[in-house]
Amino acid sequence: MPDSACAMQTREELEPRVLTGSHFMLGDHACAEGALAAGLDFFAGYPITPSTEVAEHLASRLPASGGRFVQMEDELASMAAIIGASAAGARSLTATSGPGFSLMMENIGLAAMLETPCVVANVQRASPSTGIPTMVGQSDILQARWGSHGDYGIIAYCPASPQECFDLTVKAFNAADKYRVPVFVMMDEIVGHMMERVVIPQPQDIPFIGRKKPKTRPGEGQFLSYRPDDDLVPPMAHAGEGYKVHMTGLTHDERGYPAMFPETHDILVNRLVDKIRLNAADIEMHEEFDCDDADTIVVSFGCTARSASAAVRQARAEGLKVGMIRLITVWPFPEGRIRELVAQGDVKRFIVPEINLGQLRREVERLTSLPVLRLNHAGGQMPTPDAILELIRS
Amino acid sequence: MSAIDINVKNAPTSHPIDHLLRADRLPHILCPGCGIGTVVHSYAHAIANSDFPEDQHVCVSGIGCSGRAAGYVNVDSYHATHGRALPFALGIAVHRPELKVTVISGDGDLSSIGGNHLIHAARRNVNMTVICINNFTYGMTGGQVGPTTPIGAKGTTAPKGAVDQPFNLPYLAQATGATFVARWTILHVREFQDAILRCMNKEGFCFIEVLSPCPTGFGRANKIGDGLHEVEIYRERCKIRHGATNLQDIDIDLIDPEKGITVGNFVDIDRPPLVA
Repeated sequence: MPDSACAMQTREELEPRVLTGSHFMLGDHACAEGALAAGLDFFAGYPITPSTEVAEHLASRLPASGGRFVQMEDELASMAAIIGASAAGARSLTATSGPGFSLMMENIGLAAMLETPCVVANVQRASPSTGIPTMVGQSDILQARWGSHGDYGIIAYCPASPQECFDLTVKAFNAADKYRVPVFVMMDEIVGHMMERVVIPQPQDIPFIGRKKPKTRPGEGQFLSYRPDDDLVPPMAHAGEGYKVHMTGLTHDERGYPAMFPETHDILVNRLVDKIRLNAADIEMHEEFDCDDADTIVVSFGCTARSASAAVRQARAEGLKVGMIRLITVWPFPEGRIRELVAQGDVKRFIVPEINLGQLRREVERLTSLPVLRLNHAGGQMPTPDAILELIRS
Repeated sequence: MSAIDINVKNAPTSHPIDHLLRADRLPHILCPGCGIGTVVHSYAHAIANSDFPEDQHVCVSGIGCSGRAAGYVNVDSYHATHGRALPFALGIAVHRPELKVTVISGDGDLSSIGGNHLIHAARRNVNMTVICINNFTYGMTGGQVGPTTPIGAKGTTAPKGAVDQPFNLPYLAQATGATFVARWTILHVREFQDAILRCMNKEGFCFIEVLSPCPTGFGRANKIGDGLHEVEIYRERCKIRHGATNLQDIDIDLIDPEKGITVGNFVDIDRPPLVA
């Protein structure tokens, strides 16, 4: 072996994966630590503000704790590389921001079609195009759901604190493996560049849900690599395990072989969507308070939710009947809960503050005919509690 | 006819590399006279003759006619997006360094839409073998000019002939850091198989360009005739020059009958491969 192989460390020398304890930590670093705690094997990425600290942190931590880090030539390559590593069995991650996220869309579609689990952290900045790289945005939320061509299901978390950057990155890996989908951790520049207390649990307390393995051994009859179980998710065999799998972005049958038939296509694409849609109750997460008697409900996420929750508490203190739903998964969206609140009859209006021109407002409007008030900024700054409070009082 | 005793009962019912092909995917999509089948056959033979068990071999392709290669070999095989076979393969090769990763894809896939990945994979010296099938055209989409189309050769998007300087792929691979660089044609089956086998036993980024007829997309438009005619051109004009040091001078001109085509194993150096 060449000299450079000496850089690989033996198991005894490895740094700990899980930095159990209480830390004062940057959101981007918390995302990286969450990935490490979740068992990250492979990171491929390309520097981009404001996500670069994820890569920088992993450049030292990941190889030192037994994983592999590659800085790629661009985001197209980064996304392709984490899919390849995933096909070979790795828990894989990339981190990026808007312009890079756009470049990744091509292979995000591939990951959805191959059903290769992987995690993409997108630290959103003011967009479109180059926008304001160093300032906050929340305008990739619909792109996360619909960005690659065609229909497919995905999962997206939206952390509101460095602690959640850690916790939700762990969840993202588990959800990716459980449902064999690309999963997004939709951070924003403020959360990514915020330092707060992050408590990292003991290694045995880090939840782990791995991939379903084939029930047969290699060579024991034909393994149908795309035959789903009842949960619509097929067990996964990796490169080098002897199953001789074939994976293609072409429409494929249960063998994984290209099958250019409208019926096959319809069955496959419906399953890719349904495996998330029909399991939404298991995946969807939100947090709510003061909703039971509320006539006004604020729906918010990410850094904006921090201002929104301050405004809602202040409004309650003033005697206003206002409640809040904070999204933890933005996709799946808490459709059921919003419909339920509307059906209860107390709610008269929704307020959706967000750092884009109304992307999630559309989603709430889709679910109700009640007024949905907007509080938008195109990016670069977050709404203040006062601005949201003023709208609640109106 | 001499008295050869053909005993049908004893005739073989299988071929020695049948198990390395996905027979349940046949018939294939390739046109009569296409050279891609010969490339797949050569790769399968190289696997059979390699010291590594079949389960250790992984094949990755991009998009296009050549990109269908991965779909016909009976090893773990992946059909990635257009141009992204190399970074996809990098993910496999870095995560599972014991696997023998071979990328089979076309000249358009690897050097046009995937050109950036090609130069960076070579620069990083990723442990993999790249078989670049060069048919001088975009075959799957029906014969458009590409990054390797010789100046003057016609394509549906250059009806008066290509005007852009084509890539000289071995020169490009050498310049960007490949540790093994060869050019063969599908006529040179033995030499090509041997080159693949050498790459499987070598560390680092190994690049083989293999010239292959596309009678439908290229031969017809350029009055070369069918696949056999293009192979005849290879036979008449190819000169084997192992270790040639003037790779800058080995451009290909299929149209001019006076121009030779240099083939051979050109580069074989040692350089530390990527260790992430």
